Amino acid sequence: MRKDRGSGWFGPFGGRFVPETLIEPLNELEAAYASARRDPKFKAALRSELDTFVGRPTPLTFAGRLSAALGLRVWLKREDLTHTGAHKINNTVGQILLARRMKKKRVIAETGAGQHGVATAAAAARAGLPCVVYMGTDDMARQAPNVARMKMLGATVVPVESGSKTLKDATSEALRAWSSDSRNTFYVLGSALGPHPYPSMVRDFQSVIGVEARAQILKAEGRLPKEVVACVGGGSNSIGIFSAFIKDRGVRLTGVEAGGTGSAPGRHAARFSGGSPGTLHGTYTYLLQDARGQVLPTHSISAGLDYPAVGPEHAELRRIGRAKYANASDKDALKAAHELCRLEGILPALESSHALAYLHKARLKKGELILVNLSGRGDKDLGTLCA
Amino acid sequence: MRLTLAKALRARRAFGRAGFVPFLVAGDPTLAQSLVAAKLLAAAGADVLEVGVPFSDPVADGPVIQAAGQRALAKGMSLKKAIGFVAALRADGVTIPVVLFTYLNPILRMGTEAFARACKKAEATGVLIVDLPAEDSTETEGILKKHGLELVLLASPTTTDERLKLIAKANGTAIYYVSREGVTGVRKGLALNIADRLKHVRRMTKKPLMVGFGVAEASQARALALHADGVVVGSALVRANYEGGPGAVRRLAKKLIGALEI
Repeated sequence: MRKDRGSGWFGPFGGRFVPETLIEPLNELEAAYASARRDPKFKAALRSELDTFVGRPTPLTFAGRLSAALGLRVWLKREDLTHTGAHKINNTVGQILLARRMKKKRVIAETGAGQHGVATAAAAARAGLPCVVYMGTDDMARQAPNVARMKMLGATVVPVESGSKTLKDATSEALRAWSSDSRNTFYVLGSALGPHPYPSMVRDFQSVIGVEARAQILKAEGRLPKEVVACVGGGSNSIGIFSAFIKDRGVRLTGVEAGGTGSAPGRHAARFSGGSPGTLHGTYTYLLQDARGQVLPTHSISAGLDYPAVGPEHAELRRIGRAKYANASDKDALKAAHELCRLEGILPALESSHALAYLHKARLKKGELILVNLSGRGDKDLGTLCA
Repeated sequence: MRLTLAKALRARRAFGRAGFVPFLVAGDPTLAQSLVAAKLLAAAGADVLEVGVPFSDPVADGPVIQAAGQRALAKGMSLKKAIGFVAALRADGVTIPVVLFTYLNPILRMGTEAFARACKKAEATGVLIVDLPAEDSTETEGILKKHGLELVLLASPTTTDERLKLIAKANGTAIYYVSREGVTGVRKGLALNIADRLKHVRRMTKKPLMVGFGVAEASQARALALHADGVVVGSALVRANYEGGPGAVRRLAKKLIGALEI
């Protein structure tokens, strides 16, 4: 890899491994974002969208009955209460403000669970921009309510039939579409993944989760949590909450990947336990691949975690030992979803349920503080949950 | 000593036609049929052969080459076997330059050094890595060069003059100009202002220039022949090979070669 590491690298991970046609559009995006993030007007517009459209700040909820059951003090950061029902909207309002600033004529996005697609469609409708969302046909079948929501919000949903018919293939198709018309099109990428500047930009837009949560728990408890837990698909909700705590050396950061139905290739999406470094969709990071460098199929009960690569900043946080990564099985995630419903009256997304499942394995002393990012709500998963 | 890309393309131009650069996916639809097609293209007058290495996630490719890659992968094709494909061509007397057209990840997995050694042993001429931009290619290029392999760099309609200068200065030995935005595939007509754009790229670099993406018909090849050292035809040949077999490949190649006279 490159020796003179400039921006866009997280230690050895990250970079910009894309076809030539996309290099200049990425340079243009990088420059536009660098100027926007320093501009007080852009910052004020983003703040206003977050407060009045997204519904921020989201509350921090003390999970009393769950805490009693686990012998811990569990706090939930309620991203499920944002408009459209998941943290994804924090990023899409930011990127769509940037699309308007760059005078782009339309936006495109990839989606897995459909939450990013819905959040992009909503923010695009509000900005008056046409929106096209690429989605694998397998995901369209298992997340049908979100397909209907995207269409209600005026987006065109393009079914992707190639490869594994999930998020990986939807992302390839979105990159192809962007490379055909980058002059007019803004690509709203949904996770802390892809070529530079996306991993940093998406983290910045999601960092509002961590900034709020840190202040909220200090106010409520007068101290920082012992551990912060979040599920990791591409890794945007987790990097969003982790980023505010990275400098707090005493706070453990734990990401939870999809353990699926077993450790054999194709049965999970646990990149750190089953993968190795490689390049996919423009970034060098941990990847599920075979001995020939072909990307492996993945499985997770939650469409949002069903992706073969992890955000490059997570790969670096793990390399330097600042964060650790566990995984939770389909079965344990389902159990955790039902448990939160019954004990706390909250229906979590199957993605977030992986973080909740980890609580049963957390090695904390009795009564210690643990903060969980409840990244989304589970209405979209009722079909799977009630099956 | 085999011909370099520059020598092969310039020699052909001296004889009054632009270089014909066919592209095939190794192992599509079977290893045997792709070998037959590659050999007959060489015999028909190809000047450089591009051998596509299938990848599970080909973001620069359109539907025709995506499908070809999936067929080849399903039959067990890999980077290692694609290098073996080149060795088989050499063993059968194919002497024109052969370039492996691949994505980065299979090379990283094999290890760049091991990859370069294997390519040298198979007598490949060079490598084109679709998703390795010039900024990041220095180290790879050094390893390839050590083993006597050329690196083909890409330029596109969105490449700025600043980056064209960088690409001209980089050690890559030839330039593949992507004639239009988007992905590989058969298209009608040519990109707007392509002639002016190619003249401009010519002024920026002395490296031999191949042009491709969307070239399927004789009329397109004829128009591009005036402004480039080589014209790459991919999807149209891949489709001919899959749907019509060797006869269809031979007929299309003949038509295209005729159109490249200048």
